[in-house]
Amino acid sequence: MADTTWDPSKPILEIENLSISFFTRLREIPAVMDFSCAVMAGEAMGLVGESGCGKSTVALAVMRDLGKNGKIVAGSIKFKGRDLTHMTDEELRHIRGSEIAMIYQEPMASLNPAMKIGAQLAEVPMIHSGMAKEDAWNLARQIVADVRLPDPDRIINAYPHQLSGGQQQRIVIAMALMAKPALLILDEPTTALDVTVEAGIVDLVKDLGEKYGTSMLFISHNLGLVMDVCDRICVMYSGEAVETGNVVEVFDTMRHPYTQALFRSIPLPGADKNARPLISIPGNFPLPHERPQGCNFGPRCDYFQAGRCDATDIPMDPVPGSDRHASRCLRWSEIDWDAPPAKRAVKEKAAVGKVVLKMEDLKKYYAISSGAFGGGEKKVVKANETLSFEAREGETLAIVGESGCGKSTFAKVLMGLETATSGSIMLFDENVQSTPIQKRNVDTVSSVQMVFQNPFDTLNPSMTVGRQIIRALEIFKQGTSDEDRQNRMLELLDLVKLPRAFAERMPRQLSGGQKQRVGIARAFAGGAKVVVADEPVSALDVSVQAAVTDLLMDIQRENRTTLLFISHDLSIVRYLSDRVLVMYLGHVVETGTTDQVFQPPYHPYTEALLSAVPIADTKVIRKRIVLEGDIPSAVNPPPGCPFQTRCRWKAQVPGGLCDREVPPMVTLEGGHQIKCHLSPEVFAAMEPVIKVAAE
Amino acid sequence: MLIFVARRLGLMLLSALVLTFVVFYLTNLPPNLEKLARSEGSVRMTDEAVAQWIIDNGYGGSVIGRYGQWLGVVPGWSNVDEKGVPRGRCFAAGSDPALAPSYCGILQGDWGYSTYFRGPVLPNLGEKLGATGVLMLWVMIVMIPTSLLIGILAGMREGSRTDRVLSTFSIATTATPEYVSGVVLVALLASPVTGLSPLLSEWGVIDGKILFQGAASPDRITFWSFTLPVLTIALYGIGYIARMTRASMTEVMTAQYIRTARLKGVGFRQVVLRHALRNALIAPFTVIMLQFPWLLNGVVIVETLFNYKGFGWTLVVAAGNNDINLLLGCSVVAVFVVLVTQLISDIGYVFLNPRIRLS
Repeated sequence: MADTTWDPSKPILEIENLSISFFTRLREIPAVMDFSCAVMAGEAMGLVGESGCGKSTVALAVMRDLGKNGKIVAGSIKFKGRDLTHMTDEELRHIRGSEIAMIYQEPMASLNPAMKIGAQLAEVPMIHSGMAKEDAWNLARQIVADVRLPDPDRIINAYPHQLSGGQQQRIVIAMALMAKPALLILDEPTTALDVTVEAGIVDLVKDLGEKYGTSMLFISHNLGLVMDVCDRICVMYSGEAVETGNVVEVFDTMRHPYTQALFRSIPLPGADKNARPLISIPGNFPLPHERPQGCNFGPRCDYFQAGRCDATDIPMDPVPGSDRHASRCLRWSEIDWDAPPAKRAVKEKAAVGKVVLKMEDLKKYYAISSGAFGGGEKKVVKANETLSFEAREGETLAIVGESGCGKSTFAKVLMGLETATSGSIMLFDENVQSTPIQKRNVDTVSSVQMVFQNPFDTLNPSMTVGRQIIRALEIFKQGTSDEDRQNRMLELLDLVKLPRAFAERMPRQLSGGQKQRVGIARAFAGGAKVVVADEPVSALDVSVQAAVTDLLMDIQRENRTTLLFISHDLSIVRYLSDRVLVMYLGHVVETGTTDQVFQPPYHPYTEALLSAVPIADTKVIRKRIVLEGDIPSAVNPPPGCPFQTRCRWKAQVPGGLCDREVPPMVTLEGGHQIKCHLSPEVFAAMEPVIKVAAE
Repeated sequence: MLIFVARRLGLMLLSALVLTFVVFYLTNLPPNLEKLARSEGSVRMTDEAVAQWIIDNGYGGSVIGRYGQWLGVVPGWSNVDEKGVPRGRCFAAGSDPALAPSYCGILQGDWGYSTYFRGPVLPNLGEKLGATGVLMLWVMIVMIPTSLLIGILAGMREGSRTDRVLSTFSIATTATPEYVSGVVLVALLASPVTGLSPLLSEWGVIDGKILFQGAASPDRITFWSFTLPVLTIALYGIGYIARMTRASMTEVMTAQYIRTARLKGVGFRQVVLRHALRNALIAPFTVIMLQFPWLLNGVVIVETLFNYKGFGWTLVVAAGNNDINLLLGCSVVAVFVVLVTQLISDIGYVFLNPRIRLS
């Protein structure tokens, strides 16, 4: 395209006072209001905010792909000086894919399932520069190699479903890079991926950005990730940009109450559930048609001043003496930003009681067949291998691992949804490993309950909240009369800090966090002693996560519940768990108290996992360890140590022991156990992955 | 793959056995046999003579035993009637029983004697089936491309004017049963007194009195005689398959990979042709296969309406004339058509959709 008129010192993308609305039959719903930002050549701009804040809408507006209902009602989007808002479809088509490319959240869904990878890649240069088919395929092969995928010849002839999630995302990135675009829009590119895979993708994106000099618009809800990738950041809240500036400035000297509240609600190293609990943002995100007058954040803001903050629309106010730092707050210059948060309730650490759950040598194998028509040879998936641990009363035991490590299978076996292949599960001195849930008695069922990952799917959409809780009470044979159960239900709503009026509401009238509270109330309806929380907050927004975790902790303190917290999010695990179990490919590779696991010596996998988690703190220095390749399939695990294919310490073990033998569980001091062949000297010499720089 | 097909074939045989047994049982109910005796023997037979006729002609004994004989897994009956003539299932009355094979059922290729055609069932049925095959072929040639085209055109821009017009058309055709659309088409296009034909004839556009012919024959297949029967059967299927294709197409058009393609700069035409089409055709494929049994249904009505001597017509004749063996033969054919198309549909689905793995 002819872009000779564009001066490279000007912003490559300049959005000015952009407003976007969606039009429904009932009303106009403003999604983005008065949004401005500029991305210079070679710069990476991070767009952060909670779900529904309009960050993806901005991205789609840049692509001019808002669908039938969406419309840009005001403002302009200038790309290389040309206004995208007034372009015809034909002009847009030339820009899309060749000058602006986009990378999406779900790689599987964004690749055509019925087209070969090579054809999907080669299409881009064939459309935009009329390249011959053969040259285009060669270029595709080269770019596939560029995004560090092994065996590019096989990959370009494969279909998307034959690749793993991480590989698919690399293909999507490759597709975006085919035409060497000037601007890359990344919409939550790693949200659907595991942390170690995410680390690889983030590295790749950064390197490629530098290599090709591509500017980036990086959309994410993960502040740590934005800090890793971006130079500049724009924080959005309810359709508006509330703060924008240089990443370091915004992270260290934020000048908007929402940004501050956001940072206080995410578990950073140093946060502790007892001494320094997280502070959740009170209230709920306003719905687009129920936005308050004046400052959108006003009703949830600690610094709110009636009559001033809710009087007029608030403009973006530049912070003097900074690098294009601006805040949409009237009071930013009056607030004492260094003051410690006022209401940090310090809580007692709960004492840990007797053992309530004990697993020994638990194994769970599945038999699967491999042929297209159900034939083929039978294979065994070893979902859990020799799992042994104890959980005590009042304790939080975290089970950490990436997808496919067997943590959900373990939960199913414990709940009785599956029966174990061998080994024993002792629950209050009762052996339950081979009793499926249908045959368990009411006591056992009500004492082991689960809080599920996705609160949106686990509530019956056609039953009121109160009715669902009463139903659970009936099943658990709680209460003697309907009245009794009604009262008990209201008490449960109190327990999870929901207003009693919610008993009459339908699940669709509740927000995600509120639904998860109902899920928790339901789990505790039968006086559960052991609660398995399977990623209970990963589907929720950051500001709500803190509130839900705190709630779980409070209930645990009161009821002395044993909490098995299954998660892939190490930040939250460090924050709330007493002991941690790290799993990899069905094996427990490391177990110990939280401090033991998060400090060296590490199992090599734990080390990599820790280094992969982005931390939103400029003072934290992380060692980068990027794991090569993907998690091996559980159908075909490597011989010897399960982690040997990706282990960077493998060379330190003499005699190729890792290839041959599964390492024994080595007990270090204080009951810290690591399943590794490394010698004690090597363990002793390990350095911590995360260091907090002195202030 | 082989195990899957073998398992499906086994299941198919089992269903075929059960279904043919049901038909056999119903057609061999005692009142039916009495009726047969009176029509084959004499209308004025006494009740005793009827009972004797039933026994003499091998209709005595248990239903299961007779079903076995019909299948060819139990030796065919034979006896000597009161006149001393040896009679049996496997040989003509009067010939030497010793020369005849002892088993003669459909497994041996002996589908019995048709009382209507006055001859063996199999060759007659085969000929009629061939005639229906020709009709079906033309139905498919008309129906599949038309319906897919309509479905795709309607589905590629959901809610557009094209979509509304084509959707209305599809709903209208699929909501009209063949016995209505057939009659309407005949009245409109093939009647010398009503519809278009008198007008066209008056204006001199056509030479004869009618535009299309209201009857068809397998011996003389012409455009003018075949259009109406083919159209009548196809119309119903067109609407149905088009609706399915449209639903599948609209879903595919909202898929994320279509957005990816669009944001890659692919033009709308290419988005539809290269990215959406194959994915959108996976679902209608099963529907098209499921249409085969439905076509049999339509064939019965249409062949009767247009007096086309094919399979459907034979079925009606067999049922109307209490021709037990012919009816049974028709049911065997129908059962196999249904089951085989199901099998093809399942296997084809796996090949069309690389993601599907049956287990």
